[in-house]
Amino acid sequence: MKRNILKQLSLLALASVMTSGLYAAEDQVMANGVKLVDPEVTGEETAVLTQAPHVPPPITRKHATKVVVNMEVREVTKRLADGVEYVFWTFGGDVPGSFIRIREGDQVEFNLNNHQSNKMPHNIDLHAVTGPGGGATSSFTAPGYSSRFSFKALNPGLYVYHCATAPVGLHVANGMYGLILVEPKEGLPPVDREYYVMQGEFYTMGKYGEEGLQYFDMAKAVDERPPYVVFNGAVGSLVGDKALTAKVGERVRLFIGNGGPNLISSFHVIGEIFDNVYQEGGSHVTHNVQTTIVPAGGSAMVDFKVEVPGTYILVDHSLFRAFNKGAIGMLKVEGADNSIVYTGKEVDAVYIGKAMDSGSEQRVAQLKEAVAEEIRDNPKIAKLTKEIQMTKGKDVFMQTCFVCHQANGEGIPEQIPPLAKSDYFAKMTDDEAIHIVIAGRSGEVIVNGKKYNGVMTPLNYLTDDQIANVLTYVRNSFGNEGGVIGADAVKRVRATIAPPTNTSQFE
Amino acid sequence: MKRVHPIAFGLLILAAGAWGGLALAEPTVPTGMVLIHGGTFKPMFRSTADFKEVEVKPFCLDQLPVTNEEFLRFVQANPRWQRSAVKRLFAGATYLKHWAGDLELGPEAPPRAPVTFVSWFAAKAYAQWAGKRLPTTAEWELTAAAGYTNANGELDAEFRRDLLAWYSSAMQPLNHVGSGRTNFWGVSDLHGLVWEWVADFNTSMVTGDARGDTGLDRQLFCGSGSLGARDVSDYAAFMRYGFRSSLKADYCVHNLGFRCAKDL
Repeated sequence: MKRNILKQLSLLALASVMTSGLYAAEDQVMANGVKLVDPEVTGEETAVLTQAPHVPPPITRKHATKVVVNMEVREVTKRLADGVEYVFWTFGGDVPGSFIRIREGDQVEFNLNNHQSNKMPHNIDLHAVTGPGGGATSSFTAPGYSSRFSFKALNPGLYVYHCATAPVGLHVANGMYGLILVEPKEGLPPVDREYYVMQGEFYTMGKYGEEGLQYFDMAKAVDERPPYVVFNGAVGSLVGDKALTAKVGERVRLFIGNGGPNLISSFHVIGEIFDNVYQEGGSHVTHNVQTTIVPAGGSAMVDFKVEVPGTYILVDHSLFRAFNKGAIGMLKVEGADNSIVYTGKEVDAVYIGKAMDSGSEQRVAQLKEAVAEEIRDNPKIAKLTKEIQMTKGKDVFMQTCFVCHQANGEGIPEQIPPLAKSDYFAKMTDDEAIHIVIAGRSGEVIVNGKKYNGVMTPLNYLTDDQIANVLTYVRNSFGNEGGVIGADAVKRVRATIAPPTNTSQFE
Repeated sequence: MKRVHPIAFGLLILAAGAWGGLALAEPTVPTGMVLIHGGTFKPMFRSTADFKEVEVKPFCLDQLPVTNEEFLRFVQANPRWQRSAVKRLFAGATYLKHWAGDLELGPEAPPRAPVTFVSWFAAKAYAQWAGKRLPTTAEWELTAAAGYTNANGELDAEFRRDLLAWYSSAMQPLNHVGSGRTNFWGVSDLHGLVWEWVADFNTSMVTGDARGDTGLDRQLFCGSGSLGARDVSDYAAFMRYGFRSSLKADYCVHNLGFRCAKDL
């Protein structure tokens, strides 16, 4: 019984050999002897294939043609990061695979050549193909053999291609992906520069940066925990000397792909806004996009005009991938500054934040006590406290006091008394000054020989520190000379003042 | 608790049975061959019409792959299998291309290295000439599933590590046969040297587009073992199935050789 089956199988094998022989001899002729001709297609050319980040030139012809693509699969040991090597499986010798550029309506004759030094069989699924497996069913090829199939590019767009041989995830994880652009019949709008950037992740046995030849780690791949997420097949493939370049005023188009095999990219260029995004590599264009999603096995076309010189960082905005796993590239733009669009740094100053959010008082109090203790114990710091109080006090003054007393402390003639060189203020004790800030003051007052009769509203919402700081600031500004007022004094005075009450109407 | 792998479980039972039989009558094992006690083989891929398990009877398997030297003796005895004489139908243009001539090995084909660039037809003819046959996928896989110290390689960490290393490293110049470690059965070089022809290489249920194939047997992935339990050694099997599926019987590939089996 079993032997019979085996006999039949050998016959089947024989038959398949004979069929393959026929195809070799009767190139392009279908089984029924009819040669199919696409009436739309004229002429023939061989596709120009480029390695990332380069892109073949735009297509200028206005008609469909037969395009011959010769793609060689190579298994190569190359650099994944400094000191880290990996056995990449590649379309064309590099990750990502060679960029293919054709035009909508073209008839593509695809030759997949599996180099004889390879260990594995491979095939190709081009997402630009309409047909079973995207070509994968027709291109399964043993090492040292070649397969051919043809397809018509029906839909324009930017498409991923990848190997689909079992185990598919592994073939993709080892780098077997690239992009094929099917230009629409009317072409793409012209730009000054075009680049090819493709993201992919690598699942190595060793952690990020662990040196030596790294083997594929199946468990990490299943868990989707890649040590490496990179652009164009290696850490640093688009930085330094290898950075993308452009000149101010130029329009740059990026053909972005994501091989995966697992992760979705949130592609972003730091400091640029995409003027146009062909979402997911299709025909729909959106404008003014900050970050665009590039699905695993998907793409996006973006373009933007570079206005300002400098280095623009390409990242997957899932940021730990960018800064810890390698997903960083650079676009260096040279040319003249444009300070209308971007000034560069105009102010470089200390910034001290506003009062703390509520709810953290207890912790803040603890910290302050700890800081105060540290300050008391350290004479060097203690000398600085007046300066710090004044700096902070100025901020309080500029938020709370300056509207009336003016930024220079001169007040407003006949309405608001001055703080600058004020004899009234100079004679006042610290406790009196604190009291006025907390409880306010009204009624006649003579300052520097001039009579004022206004109202200062209570500022009891200010914290002890804020009051201490602002008074220290005023005591030592506008020509005034005085000492330091501490928060503990404010606290003590505050305790003597009855809190304002709204309950009087019920008494 | 770790699940006992079904293959291993079957193996243990059958191995125990076979050992029991051994005590009664010692089978004759030809020189250079090893007795494999058989067991139950669960195919990696199968269609719903296929058997879930294949019983593998005890058989003999060459301890080593066939070498250039041995294959040279075959073509000396069978001139129609010499490189310049072979019919294209039975061996492609790359048949023995690394040999220096019809009857001369040359520098690229060391005598003790495994013969490669041989078609399935040629391997089958060699086996017949040697009074043997090619092993079936089930026989080959069953034997190759063993680790260095265990009939179930999945339980042998060192074996698994070596296996994975071979699958994820680039092709190296071919070593002499027998330079690798022997496995549990006493067989060498099933992994880490060359791929090997099997009699029914074209029954692997991998189509040109492997992704559709998982649908051929969902239960293998989801029912009989959870996805998480599929580990690296299964992945290696995946690759072997993938490789076999890419072949045609006239193909002659640089890293594809063979060894022979024999019924008891």
